Amino acid sequence: MTTTQKVKFYQVGSFAVGNRLLEADQRTVQSDASRSNSLTSGHRACQGCGEALGARYVLDAAMRATAGKLVAVNATGCLEVFTTPYPETSWQLPWLHSLFGNAAAVATGVAAALEAQNRSDIRVIAQAGDGGTVDIGFGCLSGMFERNDDVLFVCYDNEAYMNTGVQRSGATPPAARTATTEAVGPDPGNLFGQGKDLPVLAMAHGICYVATATVADLHDLESKVERAMAFRGARYLHVLVPCPLGWGSAPADTIRVARLAQETGLFPVFEAEHGAVTAASAIRHRVPVEDYLRLQGRFGHLFDGSGAVARPDIVGRLQQLADRNIDRYHLLEGGAS
Amino acid sequence: MNKPFAITLDVGTSLANKTGSWRVERPVYVDRLPPCNDACPAGENVQRWLYHCEEGAYEQAWRELVEDNPLPAVMGRVCYHPCETACNRGKLDEAVGINAVERFLGDQAIEHGWSFDSGPAPSGRRVLVVGAGPAGLSAAYHLRRLGHSVAIYEAGDLPGGMMRFGIPKYRLPRDVLDAEIERILTLGVELQLGRNVTDVPEAMRAGGFDAVFLAVGAQLGKRAYLPAGDSARILDALSLLHSMEGVEAPSLGRRVVVYGGGDTAMDAARTARRLGATDAVVVYRRTRERMPAHDEEVEEAAEEGVLMKWLSTIVEVGDGRIVLEQMELDEHGFPQPTGRFEELDADCLILALGQESDLSLLAGMPEVIVADGAVQVGPDLMTGRSGVFAGGDVLPAERTVTTAVGNGKKAARAIDAWLRGDALKAQDRHELAGFELLNTWYYADAPRTERPHLELARRMSSFDEVVRGLDETNAMFEARRCLSCGNCFECDNCFGVCPDNAVVKLGSGSRYRFDYDYCKGCGICVAECPCGAILMEPERV
Repeated sequence: MTTTQKVKFYQVGSFAVGNRLLEADQRTVQSDASRSNSLTSGHRACQGCGEALGARYVLDAAMRATAGKLVAVNATGCLEVFTTPYPETSWQLPWLHSLFGNAAAVATGVAAALEAQNRSDIRVIAQAGDGGTVDIGFGCLSGMFERNDDVLFVCYDNEAYMNTGVQRSGATPPAARTATTEAVGPDPGNLFGQGKDLPVLAMAHGICYVATATVADLHDLESKVERAMAFRGARYLHVLVPCPLGWGSAPADTIRVARLAQETGLFPVFEAEHGAVTAASAIRHRVPVEDYLRLQGRFGHLFDGSGAVARPDIVGRLQQLADRNIDRYHLLEGGAS
Repeated sequence: MNKPFAITLDVGTSLANKTGSWRVERPVYVDRLPPCNDACPAGENVQRWLYHCEEGAYEQAWRELVEDNPLPAVMGRVCYHPCETACNRGKLDEAVGINAVERFLGDQAIEHGWSFDSGPAPSGRRVLVVGAGPAGLSAAYHLRRLGHSVAIYEAGDLPGGMMRFGIPKYRLPRDVLDAEIERILTLGVELQLGRNVTDVPEAMRAGGFDAVFLAVGAQLGKRAYLPAGDSARILDALSLLHSMEGVEAPSLGRRVVVYGGGDTAMDAARTARRLGATDAVVVYRRTRERMPAHDEEVEEAAEEGVLMKWLSTIVEVGDGRIVLEQMELDEHGFPQPTGRFEELDADCLILALGQESDLSLLAGMPEVIVADGAVQVGPDLMTGRSGVFAGGDVLPAERTVTTAVGNGKKAARAIDAWLRGDALKAQDRHELAGFELLNTWYYADAPRTERPHLELARRMSSFDEVVRGLDETNAMFEARRCLSCGNCFECDNCFGVCPDNAVVKLGSGSRYRFDYDYCKGCGICVAECPCGAILMEPERV
């Protein structure tokens, strides 16, 4: 990652949000007391909402990268519902909402309108949850990619339809319990072998920039937003945002769960340009998948009452998925493709 | 009002929605006690002075340090650093080299000539300190900074006590010791050398003192009965170390045996090697694990070719040879004789069997109780006689320089309180910041910086200092390895990770506050605080 901060201070590492030993312009956007707070207080997201956090991280970084010249287009979903109960709004930037499935198409239109007015200095972000991205919005998104419209599309992936009551989406991981994939029968939870890997699908369109990130590594996330805003054309950022409600995790554990998703290898953090992976974030302290699964009620059927693994076969298959990611993205060496 | 179709209300901000009402638990900022501070016998605020060091504010760090300990350059050389044993970073990779940074700060102070802040206005009270060792010097320093007039009566002809006459030069160069003592005296402490106190009440009357601190140390080597021939050469380790301060080095012979297992035994054996002994053998009746000597002393002695004979006692000392009996440990860990004997060639035997205090100065004060050779004191270090306090090696506690310095500080505070007619108040101790309270993911891996050691050849041929210091770059690196356990170091994590923007950043040095109007009580800030400085507590109903 060319833009990732490499300054090493051993007390705070390179990993905490801020660092009093660094010059202000070298610190993260989030450490700045005058950050734009694109998503302000008073929103109605649950305690410990990963999506609220992820959206503020992304938009504040994009606001800095564009000097505040930014429009956001939002798909239907939690993010839209909890921020804008009429007549209140939590957004502190120009923000549009139309339908569940058409955020990419609306963003295309906004970008086209700005271009027609010779205002290409104003940049456009479209954002949606995983339902609005991988399922309902995928047709519009694919079109936006292949036309190479000048939009950064951000998917806040919490791996199910949380707003409507935790139904399975195309991004729900295998074995996870949702309202529509109950933990019953010989293969409890969501089935193996289904779903979409959207970052890979985005790469298949050959667009200029695709990246994944989590809310657990702010430096990495901000550097990717900044990098994305340096390109013109269609770009895609996929951010893992744990959902305490849908995942059955403690609100305080939101960042911990996201961190473990990366440290197990289940969620590979990488970036790609023009269809080829250019860098992957190394796993610093590798852990087995059960450390990640055990924190989440949606995987509770894989463990017994004492927390011991009750379904080693299923945990083993999930471990295989993690191992495959580690091989594919070279996550232990910390290096690219 | 002109409103678009079907719009009846103005757009408002969600700030009107005070989500703090959802909360059942609230986060609060706390300061917890770092394990290093907890473990320091001198009561140093280690975490705090490391914090200044991290910014390169070395003078500020030194000033914070000397609030508790006026001898950092000495301490950074001779302290056995229980702080590092307690350090949470030891569970992560390796403990922070606190002792090395302390020495760096002490040396910086000497190099740059930093002097102590003078105390408040004179109180008009006079305190006598008997003994110019670490306890006496520390007490004098703290009493002086509390505004009292202080005189030290020292029986010897040089100040420093065991720091000078018990610790060899290769561990503590005398110019360093002299510089730190001089800095204390410059505060206005009166030092009278060669002044042996035999009658404490009379000395107090004559000098017009309101209180006295007895810190006469423990300079008498313990004896053991050993059947010995007329020509056997038996020396006491303390006398040997003491005579090293004289003009002429004593001659010990080629083969030297040291009897005992403490730090003094190691110092005596290492000194013997430097004086030309080809064989220096330490004889100890128990095992390595049960030896009271500290690891680094034993390791450095072994490096210098000192040999160890475990599980052995000396039963006879003859001319040029010593008879040893092998021991074995019983089920309680006590050594028991086996009846198996062996002989060892020796030109000289050095006894290092522990030390005792010369407490003859207490003769005129029957209220001062002595038990098992140690002065009995209350929690405020006052003896049975009002106004007479005691500390350092005369107490039944661990006999290290650091403990003595801590005693001196505590005695100074107690004497100050007593002079004012108050009782010494025990200071509130914060909850300990244990390793489990930290989120160590945020700290980058960083191996410890070891201090270089003098090459072995020069260690054998001279009394040059063995352990060298850190320089500015690696001292700062080492300071920055501190995890700041239990104390906010303004990493902005809480400010960054709050999904509700309910943390307000107050600016450099002022930390943060929670905005309870919007804090939903999710607890992410608590979980993600690297150093465990936030606590979740139930919401008041």
